[in-house]
Amino acid sequence: MSLVKSSGIISRSISVLVTLFGISIFIFIVLRVIPGDTITGSLGIETGVLTPEQIDDLKRYYGIDKPLILQYFSWITSFLSGDLGFAYSTGVSVLKLTASALPVTIELALFGTISGVFMGIAVGMFSAKKPGSVRDFSGQLFGLLALAVPGFVLSTTIVTVMANRFGYFPNGYEYMTPWEDLGMNLQQMLFPGIVLGIAVAAPVMRTTRSALLETVDKDFIRTAHGKGLKAKTVRYRHILRNSLIPIVTMTGIQFGYLLGGAVIVEKIFALPGMGRQILDAINRREYATVQSSIMIFAILFVTINLVTDLVYRRVDPRIK
Amino acid sequence: MKSSSTSEKSWVHYYFKSTSGIVGAFLVLIMMTISLCAAFGWMPHDPLIQNPMDSLHKPSSVYWFGTDQFGRDIFSRAMDGMRRSMTVSIVSVSIAGIAGVSLGIIGGFFGSWLDSLVVRLSDVIFAFPAILLALAIVNSLGNSWIDTAIAIAIVYTPIFIRVARGPVLIIKELDYVKSVRVLGFSSVRILRSHVLPNVLAPILVQIALSMSWAILTESGLSFLGLGTQPPDSSLGLMVSEAQPMAAFAWWTLAAPSLFITLVVVGLNLVGDGLRDSLDPSRRQS
Repeated sequence: MSLVKSSGIISRSISVLVTLFGISIFIFIVLRVIPGDTITGSLGIETGVLTPEQIDDLKRYYGIDKPLILQYFSWITSFLSGDLGFAYSTGVSVLKLTASALPVTIELALFGTISGVFMGIAVGMFSAKKPGSVRDFSGQLFGLLALAVPGFVLSTTIVTVMANRFGYFPNGYEYMTPWEDLGMNLQQMLFPGIVLGIAVAAPVMRTTRSALLETVDKDFIRTAHGKGLKAKTVRYRHILRNSLIPIVTMTGIQFGYLLGGAVIVEKIFALPGMGRQILDAINRREYATVQSSIMIFAILFVTINLVTDLVYRRVDPRIK
Repeated sequence: MKSSSTSEKSWVHYYFKSTSGIVGAFLVLIMMTISLCAAFGWMPHDPLIQNPMDSLHKPSSVYWFGTDQFGRDIFSRAMDGMRRSMTVSIVSVSIAGIAGVSLGIIGGFFGSWLDSLVVRLSDVIFAFPAILLALAIVNSLGNSWIDTAIAIAIVYTPIFIRVARGPVLIIKELDYVKSVRVLGFSSVRILRSHVLPNVLAPILVQIALSMSWAILTESGLSFLGLGTQPPDSSLGLMVSEAQPMAAFAWWTLAAPSLFITLVVVGLNLVGDGLRDSLDPSRRQS
């Protein structure tokens, strides 16, 4: 039995590796189409005064004079050995940049997921208690708006209201890691976390509502009521617990997508995470940083999906 | 399943029985009309003309949604932005829909290496957060609306592949499809008259939802400064420009936010309405 299970994990992991290989090729192709190369990006209009020999020298220096296939292999081999390249403008290694940016994004994503799951399950339960009622309607309206109001609109509104009406805006100060100043860090994570959480809450709410409504009609719930259990016990112990599988799945899926939302939210709330690292690098046309950072993002995303899948199998013994 | 007998009511009938369907259709219709008016130039003011004398006017009978820091009419700019978002959304979803559905049906129906290639490819694209992938592609392609549309199309093609491929895998194993194959019907004929009508329902729902995501992605990209460039207007760009002014001129933020929200709500409701009316088991009589 355990052999069967572990072989499932192995085959799943192999297919993840194949996907990651495809992703690396895809990223390489997409980013190499960039008009204007690293040289123009780093020197700007001064490129025009360079002699052809100087340009060739620079190309050799940046390693972009070789055929594409060789460029790919030199990138991927150095990537795998931990050499993610340098940010040309600052001279800092991308590995170092990532080491400080990645925890920020992961913390933000955790914040978003946790607040999203709580909001989603709460509103979902609130809605499902009396289907078709006014409270159900308002719960569903919340779900719809959470889906429709873009994160950047919500963030801009929060920033405006908090900073100008209440004079409270922790993100206006320099970013603090949890080790430097935990209180400040949590305050800085609060609003961006909630914005991301609301995006997660919408699908979690919908899933919770329909899972609850489906479970309520099951025989074992009627039995539980018939046994004379308190309504509250039935609701939390029996109905909610048996509805958890679709909710867990939905949360896992959303956790991945939330990483995408982080790009926008990090920019607005001035958090130095992966999303901002990528945006800055794109604006500065730094191939190496963009390429390696997006690759890391993709690895993170794929890993999360793999973990969700494995957790899902654990939670529901029926899935093989 | 396709309704052929005349006694059976069509899905349109059921669609207009659902509240979300009606409200959604209404909202989408309004936004489509606004986009069309903007396309024909029927706007209260020119969205590009600056009137420094009228800078940051409150909403009034002359400027319905107020003016921005250059005295440009916000309502007209939002109309023009809506037209741009709508165009990108329609073009990108058309490309993604046609490419994705064809790949999904062909892959699912013929199987073999072609199918595994299609599935692999969509796995690769699925392994990115949508906005990030669109960001990378737009960054490579350029900032015109068609570049944005292509980027969004690439991002959402795999969803259509999945939506089309799933039902095809089931349908091709059904007895009646197997029997028309035995009768010697060509693959093209089977695909056209038996497979396509049966995958149409989920695809229609997917079109409505993808259009709403496309609008969100397009406005997100232009908010980040990729895509539409000033002085042209786009809803995302308007929100980003309103950021420093929103504290004392709330209307600069209100109009573009309202437009995006209404159209996305509308498209989602249309999606819900379609899902309920196309699926016989979910119909309310």
